[in-house]
Amino acid sequence: MKDSLTALSKDALFSLRDIAPIVAVIAVFQIFVIKQPVEGFLSLLFGGLLVVVGLAFFIFGLRIALFPIGEGLAHALAKKGSAFWLFTFAFVLGFGTTIAEPALLAVAEEAAEVAVGAGVIANDEAAIENYALGLRLVVAFSVGVALLLGVFRILTNWSLPVMIIGGYVLVVFVTTIAPPDIVGIAYDSGGVTTSTVTVPLVTALGVGLASSLKGRNAMTDGFGLIAFASLTPILFVLLYGIARQWI
Amino acid sequence: MDLIHDSLIFVWDSLEDIAPIVLFLFAFQLFVIRERIPNFRQMLVGFAFVTVGLGLFLVGLEQSLFPLGRLMAQQLTDPEFLHGVSGHVGAALLWHDFYWVYIFAAAIGFSTTLAEPALMAVSIKANEVSAGAVGVWGLRVAVALGVGFGVALGCYRIITGLPLEYFIAAGYLVVIVQTAVAPKMIVPLAYDSGGVTTSTVTVPLITALGLGLAEAVPGRSPLLDGFGLVAFASLFPIISVLAYGQFAVLRGKK
Repeated sequence: MKDSLTALSKDALFSLRDIAPIVAVIAVFQIFVIKQPVEGFLSLLFGGLLVVVGLAFFIFGLRIALFPIGEGLAHALAKKGSAFWLFTFAFVLGFGTTIAEPALLAVAEEAAEVAVGAGVIANDEAAIENYALGLRLVVAFSVGVALLLGVFRILTNWSLPVMIIGGYVLVVFVTTIAPPDIVGIAYDSGGVTTSTVTVPLVTALGVGLASSLKGRNAMTDGFGLIAFASLTPILFVLLYGIARQWI
Repeated sequence: MDLIHDSLIFVWDSLEDIAPIVLFLFAFQLFVIRERIPNFRQMLVGFAFVTVGLGLFLVGLEQSLFPLGRLMAQQLTDPEFLHGVSGHVGAALLWHDFYWVYIFAAAIGFSTTLAEPALMAVSIKANEVSAGAVGVWGLRVAVALGVGFGVALGCYRIITGLPLEYFIAAGYLVVIVQTAVAPKMIVPLAYDSGGVTTSTVTVPLITALGLGLAEAVPGRSPLLDGFGLVAFASLFPIISVLAYGQFAVLRGKK
């Protein structure tokens, strides 16, 4: 109990240090460049305090729950020796954490509006909802595939740079044949998929898996899953845009 | 009172995000692995901390940093302010008249990345796995430098209207060359850093900056030019982390 309290207060101190640069940047710009008074100083101060406490709690919980269970599951699955369950786990983790992602919801709605503006879909509610849902399913599916590919890479020891750079070459090629209105959305969706909760879990999965397999190094083989999760959504959303033209 | 209400809503939202993941993990542990959940009580306490922490973190951002950051992005890209600092009222602005925008972009990209929870998670793990060879703080500073540079360059691109593809293609060429010469152990970590940066704290602020800039500069469309900044913020950390690895090797040789 006492140890936990020490750890928690340490995390709080660290998160104070993490927030300090932002406060400094904003203060310097307000005082010396913009030179305009700031309203509601007290509520800003309180908001900053919440950020520090929230960050400390999050990191503390990460260490005692998110990391251990992610790694524990990866170890157990590797010991079980079933590639099927490992792939299933990776796919469901990617799909499940992405489909409910709030950032993705926002992007999908915005994308549907753009599509209406470009005259790609009809301006009625059913068409818009249909389009946004389709986009969300495509992105979630692509993140599932990304983690599956990443786990496959750790198992087979294929070269990460070759796969990632090859993937981006493919993205460049598909961009040239995709309808222009989907390109911006596609590139954006690569960034929204990796949320604050998914990243620690995925990292723990990769590292746990690589460290429990023989002949794999946790450092050179355990990372790289997130790189796939930023790449495949771009590719799949571009393909979604192309496929919609034909249907 | 409003704040308490808001906090509860945010904590509830993050519970909705996290609960399905926790249920899935527990279900997998019980039904596929067929083992009891180790340290069950500690797990529950930890997830409670993650949920409450993320909720408070987000409500705090919404209360303080986001409105202030968005306001500052607006003020710095306000044509009146820009003409004021450039000194030539009425004449067209040149790309270097926006110098405050570049400085702000670099500073805000750098400082928000340092506070990105997802990046902290990855650095803690990388430090643990590399047995201290990759420093928690060193990695985060390397990523933050990359984001700061990327966002500033992205602003330059919005102002000049140069095509996004040129920058991205050139950036990936640099990545390819670096991959060939950088120490092998840093490569996967560097590739991951690209995705990690575009998370909770950084994206809302730099998006506001990009949109403000695209509105202020004549001939730019917020819709077409606003999104480019995120792409820059994901690309340059890869370069800076690879460089960090090369630097660490060079230092080790001396």
